[in-house]
Amino acid sequence: MNAVSSTAKSLSRRQFLKLSAVTAGAAALAGVQASAMAASTGVKPGSTPAMLIDISRCVGCSNCQRSCIAANNLHPTSEQLQGLSAQTFTVVQRYDFEGGNTRFVKRQCMHCLDAACASACPVSALYKTEAGPIAYRPDRCLGCRYCMVSCPFNIPRFEWNKGLTPEIRKCMFCIERQEAGQLPACAENCPTGALKVGTREELLREAHARIAAHPRFYVDHVYGEHEAGGTSMLYISDVPFALLGFRTDVTTRPIPAYTWDVMSKLPWVVGGLAAVLTGASIYTRKRNGAHHDDTPPWERPEAGG
Amino acid sequence: MLQDILMLTAFFILRIGVPLLLVIGIGYSLLQRFYGVKLDFSPKFVTGVGLVLALWALAAIAVILRFTDGLGAVTNLSDQFPLGLWIGFDVMAGAMLGGGAFVLAGLVYVFGIERYRPILRSTILTAFLGYVLLIVALLVDVGRPQNILLARPVYFINIHSVLWEVAMCVLCYTVVLALEFSPALFERLRWRRMWRLTHKITLPLVIVGILLSTMHQSSLGSLWLIAPGKLHGLWYSPLLPVFFWISAVAVGLAMVTVESNLSARAFKRGLEQDLLASLGKANAYLLAFYAAFRLADLAVRGQLGLVLRLDLPGVLFWVELGLGAILPAALLMRPQIRKNRDALFAIAAVIVACGILNRLNVSMFSLYSYTGPIYIPSWMEMVVTAGMFTFGAAVFALLARLLPVFPAEHGEQATVPAQV
Repeated sequence: MNAVSSTAKSLSRRQFLKLSAVTAGAAALAGVQASAMAASTGVKPGSTPAMLIDISRCVGCSNCQRSCIAANNLHPTSEQLQGLSAQTFTVVQRYDFEGGNTRFVKRQCMHCLDAACASACPVSALYKTEAGPIAYRPDRCLGCRYCMVSCPFNIPRFEWNKGLTPEIRKCMFCIERQEAGQLPACAENCPTGALKVGTREELLREAHARIAAHPRFYVDHVYGEHEAGGTSMLYISDVPFALLGFRTDVTTRPIPAYTWDVMSKLPWVVGGLAAVLTGASIYTRKRNGAHHDDTPPWERPEAGG
Repeated sequence: MLQDILMLTAFFILRIGVPLLLVIGIGYSLLQRFYGVKLDFSPKFVTGVGLVLALWALAAIAVILRFTDGLGAVTNLSDQFPLGLWIGFDVMAGAMLGGGAFVLAGLVYVFGIERYRPILRSTILTAFLGYVLLIVALLVDVGRPQNILLARPVYFINIHSVLWEVAMCVLCYTVVLALEFSPALFERLRWRRMWRLTHKITLPLVIVGILLSTMHQSSLGSLWLIAPGKLHGLWYSPLLPVFFWISAVAVGLAMVTVESNLSARAFKRGLEQDLLASLGKANAYLLAFYAAFRLADLAVRGQLGLVLRLDLPGVLFWVELGLGAILPAALLMRPQIRKNRDALFAIAAVIVACGILNRLNVSMFSLYSYTGPIYIPSWMEMVVTAGMFTFGAAVFALLARLLPVFPAEHGEQATVPAQV
């Protein structure tokens, strides 16, 4: 346990240094370039901070949920605690099976590598940080809630009872804590080792190693390895994911590609159409001869006043 | 909640209702004096106006509640169903109903088909008011409208976002529509220089307007491509932007017929029946192509089996496509039906209604297959939408009286309106 957290700490410290160097260098860059960079190049998927969630090791103590509430200074009502909400960034959901078997699934933002929400957000209020997590800038958010439509995992929550200052709320992967070299609150307080933080590369390796070590026990699937083009949150489980409320029909293609397919063609369509319309209007002018209707209608002799 | 509504009602009567009545009274007497506008205060008219004013008061209360207590107090939206009637109807359908303006303007200015000119101005005015109301609806629906008013989308650009592109195009196109309509204003004011200026730039404006329309009408469909697996198979298609563009043209043209008929009745003016009939003929082919294209797309995607199911999506699909495209296309192919003024009006109204249903299907009902039927608009959402719709109609009626919108009082008229 100790060794794990120390590697994770050094890792996040290294990434924090990298992050600060990049941001200092790019401080002059406009939001355009920042968002374009985040969407196109971004971080190398391998070195992005990630979390491995082993459902078979979770005992459902909800320490993660409580520590998340404390770390993010949340004030959930008892109703809001039942699922993800504007005051609940992570939640442990209970699934009972026949024979007294129970599994607990921790849910939170999946921090996609190529996030649908970040590509959907018109003003890049939700954006992929250089370090990897998807963060949020309320000062530019329009509150349009298109991110909520786009999210394949239904994560973003909205503050429905605020008049003019509602925010999009979701897990930020404890960006500040990670920058300060700490673990995310949930992972730090997990007593059973169900949550493990590291780089995505090494956690994927570990996940596959755990499955390979106990092939009869684990389902041979790392949820999040390919879902939605890959996520930072990785799940392994001994119960099929479909029974645990996971969306199994999520495409493996990065979601932003679905709209970019169309968006990237627009310049050609518009350019072609502009050429056609200009040509047509020139032809019309020639055919009809020069139009001398530059006189306002009220000054034309035939107009009857 | 009830207390809030009562308080707001009292507030309204005192602070807004009374001044509003004063403004309306003074405005009416001015109109009467300078423009000779005369209203007959028949019981029918008075009840109509009373109902509409009551509707507006309720809508205003709902809007104020939305800004004080949040969207949750007014709408039935939730984290599981974040976009609803205001997006589906006011934005998605509102833009579609304005689609006739870019098509007609293109026909007249780019392709030189001058005979459509008499109905162009009223179409542009309809579209302009539609887009202004679209923006107003968006400002109500969006959680932090102040960030739109502070022009955040202009400074913070995300070219990957379909919504950003739609927002920019809608904003620019609304300005273009205002400029396209402005010669009518300058004609009334007899501002020679401004009239000539706006008149001169009309052709480039029309071309830019067509480009902007093509971009955002199609992108309103692309918006939903970001949610694969959430929309029902009958509607989620990579060709959604193409379908949206075609249906915006078709429904926009049908809306021209509806609007011409309504204003002909309201203002007791002639109707350009031959023009509307020729638009109807073109629309017949377009709708037939649209329906065939939709079905072919379903077949290619292997979803054709879904249309045979008698569940809610199947029924909605057939109402939208069968009643809204196939049947009108078959009817409009026949010249004797196109000649009949009432038949053409009725068919156009059906096309418009089913076009609206299409937008609601894509943006609301097709999500039911994923979320379950958890969202039905609240009465306050409907009141706001209905209030904006009637407000647009009222402003149209007012402007049509004040400005040379229709050819009868329009110096540029080329053809004599066909009297029926």
